[in-house]
Amino acid sequence: MALKKFVVGCFEDEKVLFPAVAKVRKSGYKIHDIYTPFPVHGLDKAMGLRETSLHTAGFLFGLIGTTTAVTFMTWVFTKDWPVNIGGKPNFALPAWIPITFELTVLCAAVGMVLSFLYICQLAPFVKRHHFHPRATDDLFVMVIECGDKTNEAELSSFLNSVGATEVNTQVAEEGWWIGRYDKEQELYKQTNIA
Amino acid sequence: MIKQQFEISAGYKKWTNILLGVGGLAFVLGVVFLGMSKDELAQTRFWSVLLQNSTFFLLVVNASMFFICVTTLAMGGWQMAFRRVPEAISSVVPVFSILALLVFVGLIFGHKHNIYHWLDKEHVAHDPILKGKSAFLNPTFFMVWTIITLTLWSFVGAKMRKLSSEADEQMDQEASKKFIWNNTVWAATFIVFFALTVASTIPWLWLMSIDAHWYSTMYSWYTFASTFVAGMALVAIFVVYLKNQDYLEYVSEEHLHDLGKFMFAFSVFWTYLWYSQFMLIWYANIPEETVYFKPRMQGPYRGIFFLNLIINFVLPFLLLMRRGSKRNFTTMTFVAVLIILGHWIDFYQMVMPGTLHEHYSLGWFEFGILIFYAGLIMYFVGRGLTKKPLLAVHHPFVKESLIHHT
Repeated sequence: MALKKFVVGCFEDEKVLFPAVAKVRKSGYKIHDIYTPFPVHGLDKAMGLRETSLHTAGFLFGLIGTTTAVTFMTWVFTKDWPVNIGGKPNFALPAWIPITFELTVLCAAVGMVLSFLYICQLAPFVKRHHFHPRATDDLFVMVIECGDKTNEAELSSFLNSVGATEVNTQVAEEGWWIGRYDKEQELYKQTNIA
Repeated sequence: MIKQQFEISAGYKKWTNILLGVGGLAFVLGVVFLGMSKDELAQTRFWSVLLQNSTFFLLVVNASMFFICVTTLAMGGWQMAFRRVPEAISSVVPVFSILALLVFVGLIFGHKHNIYHWLDKEHVAHDPILKGKSAFLNPTFFMVWTIITLTLWSFVGAKMRKLSSEADEQMDQEASKKFIWNNTVWAATFIVFFALTVASTIPWLWLMSIDAHWYSTMYSWYTFASTFVAGMALVAIFVVYLKNQDYLEYVSEEHLHDLGKFMFAFSVFWTYLWYSQFMLIWYANIPEETVYFKPRMQGPYRGIFFLNLIINFVLPFLLLMRRGSKRNFTTMTFVAVLIILGHWIDFYQMVMPGTLHEHYSLGWFEFGILIFYAGLIMYFVGRGLTKKPLLAVHHPFVKESLIHHT
């Protein structure tokens, strides 16, 4: 984790936020993240975030669950401890479907939650920096990362000009406590978002 | 250029005529070589296929009206952008009702005891199980309840469609409130009656009574799931077609995505019911219950039995799982066609083992009637689509649909 400098701009309204996002990206600034009080539809597209691969991970976790359940039950009931249950065949696939289903769901769910925590870098005793306390209440908080060549004063006045009601500069520890992850962000493209 | 009014294109007309021609020819040949044949097996094949197709396609087009009524009751607005499509599909219900009624009249008054063996009075007199069910399984009750059902489906459906036309005109706030209330009342009427018919009695009478000794409490729900998912697939096919022809400008991939979710979810729901019905019978292993699955799973229908599961569960499950594939016109059309065919096969394996036993065939007549029904659907739905603008512009929920975002 490294200390980084951020310029923080706060917006009161979604309607101001969306054009501001477009303008900020057009000017070549790197948006670190936008903290909103509620999920905003279409903001991910406006920010140019790549689509999450969490669902692919979920599918793979589910597959792991399915395989675990089927192979384990097959081994137990046909190899390790075959028992005659009501004259059913030892390999009693129809009877195993509920367990297979449940293990699939369990693995997919728990796996996805853990992956999500990892991607968001949330863990017990890891303290995350809050850029603005009102971000969880009624404020849309746009955080822009400063590079070596970023002129903070220029950026601050630019944010004011696109409609930010409050602008300040903060130094915070941001980054990954384990592993490396370069956040992909596409370059700004003119698109018509309905 | 915005096209609000559907016009049947030359290509659409050509394909309708081809399908109707081929199907009609198959039907005529079927009447001559099978229906009027001296061979009892050929006759049974003729009537079984008619029974399978007329019930399946009637329930599939009726599922559209169910969809409309459910979304109306749930105050859902997202489907408004393409709601005229299920409306047009459900306008086929009266036509298919008459066709189905003709088949039932032929079965009951033609005394086809090879299909419904509870029609054989002498047999019933010596059969304690059928005797016990005779209050329900008798020609009078069958015909009366069938006619009431078909009339009410057609009537309430027509009422809902007529109400929808009101939204083509400008209305003020009071009028819109009244409009929504009227819609709610009629939709509720339809849903209640739908529960009494499709979700319970109708599949018992029309299909489950083929295997009259056997019963399953899951059967009607299972039939409903089967036809509902096929009905949603049919809506999706028409939406994609109209979209490709530059109609329905407000329908975006968001709406298609939701239709895809319905197809995905109800494929899984169908599997859940299929499995619930199968597993309990398999586990209990009681002869009077396993008699239904014996010919299907271990007898001559083994191939179709597993094909049914693959087409209706494994393929839609894997193909529609990704978000991107539910938003893609090609995959959606492919899976929709697959689902309709799959559930047609599902109905095939519901009917045939009880009527034709090991003498079944899947040949020119079966596919001919399928093609005939496809042609009828194209003809009547196309005609239904031309009758109204494709968007009820003044419906109070239209805006909700236009800004719909999943």
